[in-house]
Amino acid sequence: ARACRSDSRREDFSRTPMMQFMLLFSRQGKLRLQKWYVPLSDKEKKKITRELVQTVLARKPKMCSFLEWRDLKIVYKRYASLYFCCAIEDQDNELITLEIIHRYVELLDKYFGSVCELDIIFNFEKAYFILDEFLLGGEAQETSKKNVLKAIEQADLLQEVCCSLPSSLGGVARCHERQDVSTARSSQTE
Amino acid sequence: MPAPIRLRELIRTIRTARTQAEEREMIQKECAAIRSSFREEDNTYRCRNVAKLLYMHMLGYPAHFGQLECLKLIASQKFTDKRIGYLGAMLLLDERQDVHLLMTNCIKNDLNHSTQYVQGLALCTLGCMGSSEMCRDLAGEVEKLLKTSNSYLRKKAALCAVHVIRKVPELMEMFLPATKNLLSEKNHGVLHTSVVLLTEMCERSPDMLSHFRKNEKLVPQLVRILKNLIMSGYSPEHDVSGISDPFLQVRILRLLRILGRSDDDSSEAMNDILAQVATNTETSKNVGNAILYETVLTIMDIKSESGLRVLAINILGRFLLNNDKNIRYVALTSLLKTVQTDHNAVQRHRSTIVDCLKDLDVSIKRRAMELSFALVNGNNIRGMMKELLYFLDSCDPEFKADCASGVFLAAEKYAPSKRWHIDTIMRVLTTAGSYVRDDSVPNLIQLITNSVEMHAYTVQRLYKALLDDISQQPLVQVASWCIGEYGDLLVSGQCEEEEPIQVTEDEVLDVLEGLLVSNLSAPVTRGYSLTAIMKLSTRFSSVNRIKKVVSIYGSSIDVELQQRAVEYNALFKKYDHMRPALLERMPIMEKTATNGPSEIVQTNGETDSTVLDTKHPPTITQPPSQGNDLLDLLGGNDVVPVIQTSLPTKPPSAGGELLDLLGDLSLTGAPPPAPASVPSVPMSQPPFLLDGLSSQPLFNDIGTGIPPMTAYNKNGLKIEFMFERSNPNPNIAVITIHASNSTEADMTDFVFQAAVPKTFQLQLLSPSSNVVPALNQGNVTQVIRVLNPQKQQLRMRIKLTYTYKGSPVQDLAEVNNFPPQSWQ
Repeated sequence: ARACRSDSRREDFSRTPMMQFMLLFSRQGKLRLQKWYVPLSDKEKKKITRELVQTVLARKPKMCSFLEWRDLKIVYKRYASLYFCCAIEDQDNELITLEIIHRYVELLDKYFGSVCELDIIFNFEKAYFILDEFLLGGEAQETSKKNVLKAIEQADLLQEVCCSLPSSLGGVARCHERQDVSTARSSQTE
Repeated sequence: MPAPIRLRELIRTIRTARTQAEEREMIQKECAAIRSSFREEDNTYRCRNVAKLLYMHMLGYPAHFGQLECLKLIASQKFTDKRIGYLGAMLLLDERQDVHLLMTNCIKNDLNHSTQYVQGLALCTLGCMGSSEMCRDLAGEVEKLLKTSNSYLRKKAALCAVHVIRKVPELMEMFLPATKNLLSEKNHGVLHTSVVLLTEMCERSPDMLSHFRKNEKLVPQLVRILKNLIMSGYSPEHDVSGISDPFLQVRILRLLRILGRSDDDSSEAMNDILAQVATNTETSKNVGNAILYETVLTIMDIKSESGLRVLAINILGRFLLNNDKNIRYVALTSLLKTVQTDHNAVQRHRSTIVDCLKDLDVSIKRRAMELSFALVNGNNIRGMMKELLYFLDSCDPEFKADCASGVFLAAEKYAPSKRWHIDTIMRVLTTAGSYVRDDSVPNLIQLITNSVEMHAYTVQRLYKALLDDISQQPLVQVASWCIGEYGDLLVSGQCEEEEPIQVTEDEVLDVLEGLLVSNLSAPVTRGYSLTAIMKLSTRFSSVNRIKKVVSIYGSSIDVELQQRAVEYNALFKKYDHMRPALLERMPIMEKTATNGPSEIVQTNGETDSTVLDTKHPPTITQPPSQGNDLLDLLGGNDVVPVIQTSLPTKPPSAGGELLDLLGDLSLTGAPPPAPASVPSVPMSQPPFLLDGLSSQPLFNDIGTGIPPMTAYNKNGLKIEFMFERSNPNPNIAVITIHASNSTEADMTDFVFQAAVPKTFQLQLLSPSSNVVPALNQGNVTQVIRVLNPQKQQLRMRIKLTYTYKGSPVQDLAEVNNFPPQSWQ
């Protein structure tokens, strides 16, 4: 069964277990990223997020990284001030999920250069883009770190190019922020 | 119109808000600006505005008015727009809203875009949130891309296909041709996603599964790929802590699992590689253990040879010793799954598992507890129980109920001695007494009753426990019941197992009365305690004190207590001669199921149903002329014809005249005494206890080949006994009497009564009717159960009463001709 109910008519088919969602949140419980691989209403998503954040934040440091929640397994790991939390199904391999989480953190780290929570806050759309180059439908689409980063790099370049093209209104309009991590971070007060 | 503020600027601003209200104000202001910008159909800043909206959405604010804007962004030609647009669609749209269908055309176009990154965006979005309608429309495009030579697109198409299949399983077939040479790819991304796709197809369809097994020869291909991964040297691109592409290894192992399941050939073909992975994988880091874990799961699920299975369990055993608690956790989970099938192998790791009971992590403790209970057997019961009781002492409250139940179950199955069993129960009751489940109380009472030689010891220990603590209700209930039953043993200091304590009747009554008044006692407990006090009136000499207590509670506010007190009062006043018999020692109770007595065996009229259901007052048998009103109160709608008892004037003795009929049976067969009443009443049991059983035999009929016998044959009335052995308990003989009437007139008001010597116990169930039809036109049947633990020769005295042609007839007879097989 899934956290969602809308697909219940299809439950009679046996299928491979999958990651249902991934959440990133701070130690104060603020959501920094949410990726849902199952269809749920906004209300349901909010409810799940609230409950899960509460549950994970209540865990003590000595406890293991897995917990049972509803009929899912939650795999979570804290990196600095951010909790990375994945919901997988009963038949999934928890240990490899930890590796998935770790790989994502490595990608972020490589991209932002020693990533910290602020990077994710100010460049949340990038965090999503990176995630979407690494996972698709809850599964890893690329197991090479290099290839993921290369793809992101190329896509970023494409964005640059498209922005420097003259728009139909004439002149250059900067429609989006140029990625500049150092300014984004240094001009910030936390 | 000034340019809308930049995304990072907005984020910065919002973060300066000191209160929730301030933040809300900023958000509202910005949303208003964005809304008017949308209204103006501004293409230039749409992307920036949607991005800001997405940020505010993440903070929890509504953003639905941006949905259409996302669609416009997706339709734009600018890559930036598309990037944000697709992200917005994935965050704000879902398949419940029809709006999402508008995306379909854009996605279709983008799937055919000249830039692979645009195609990638479309594939990603479709693969994450595509509805079944979208999937149906676009499956063909996905299938096309699955055949492309561009590995960047091929890998995404594979996962997109997985999503399509999940949404629209009927479409699975169309992807089959494209899977033909997926595994010959060199690109790991494609390999990984292809394995995922193949796994999904094989899980869903047995036909696909066998196709891939036989026609495509998938297993050898996978084995080859896996072997290359393990044997190949260091590959920097896919290396994780010295292991080459662990993600791919794990997925291959999982696919192998599905292929090898219930298939000998496939299982054999993968045997070697599994052994290789199991022995050669580096275990110092999580990544290696993740692969080992998957390997173990595969080995346990396919038809592996026993050597491989033992290897797998040993890996789990090693996991248990790992410092990493995550590893210990998965080990315990896996062992729990395999403990039934590979019990002996798991037993070897018992001590490590028991050590995990002391772990700090709650999930690990719970699994260790479950596993420990699964491993308990007759050989290790003593050692295991010591550990589990220690665990019970110190564990969190959330575990105590389950642990207590587990201990009781294990003790029941494997107790090495009765003394040990009682001690174990005592330990649980005293350390976790408040967490014990309600149904444990009757189970324990029954257990105690049946451990005849331990009565004195048990009641003494329970009494001492009560002196210490009366707050744990299950303990108090069991203790009061036992004191009521065995109080005489307590005051007479008969304990053999340990030093008998000196306690007077008054002290015991003090304790029981203390329970009645204590705030800590639940109403149910008070009921137990009052009944116990009442029972002691036949065991103690301080009857007056008891009478006083009982009469006080006759006006208790608690209706249950009041009713009991009133009835007990009546017993003192009007039916004092019956009191001793009624309050006699309880007989051995039989269990037909492990979860508790489902019936009560009674002798000679005592029915104390407080044991099974404290809500029902004990049924008291009454001569019908005086007791009908009371029976009505009890709602005895199962009442069978109550036996007319003519009460002799003999003074009641300990045991009462109820036993007179039997008394001399155990002697030398002297002439029978004056007709005494034998209210071996077929008990009017509360309906729910019988669960629809009436006078049917309560066991499986197993013809044991014991020949029937004629017990009585006089004046046309013939009574035959048919024998069966009670299935669960060989000490119980079950006799069905068949009464037939060969005379020309019916015998009405027919009542059959029986009595047995002291060493036996007897139960009469309800007769099929009380009319024996004339001319052998039918039988009255009735079931008698005789408990004969000492295997003595069965003898019985029977009394028959009936009305024949208007006059009452009564007869007594002895039945001595029981076949030996019925009592040996």
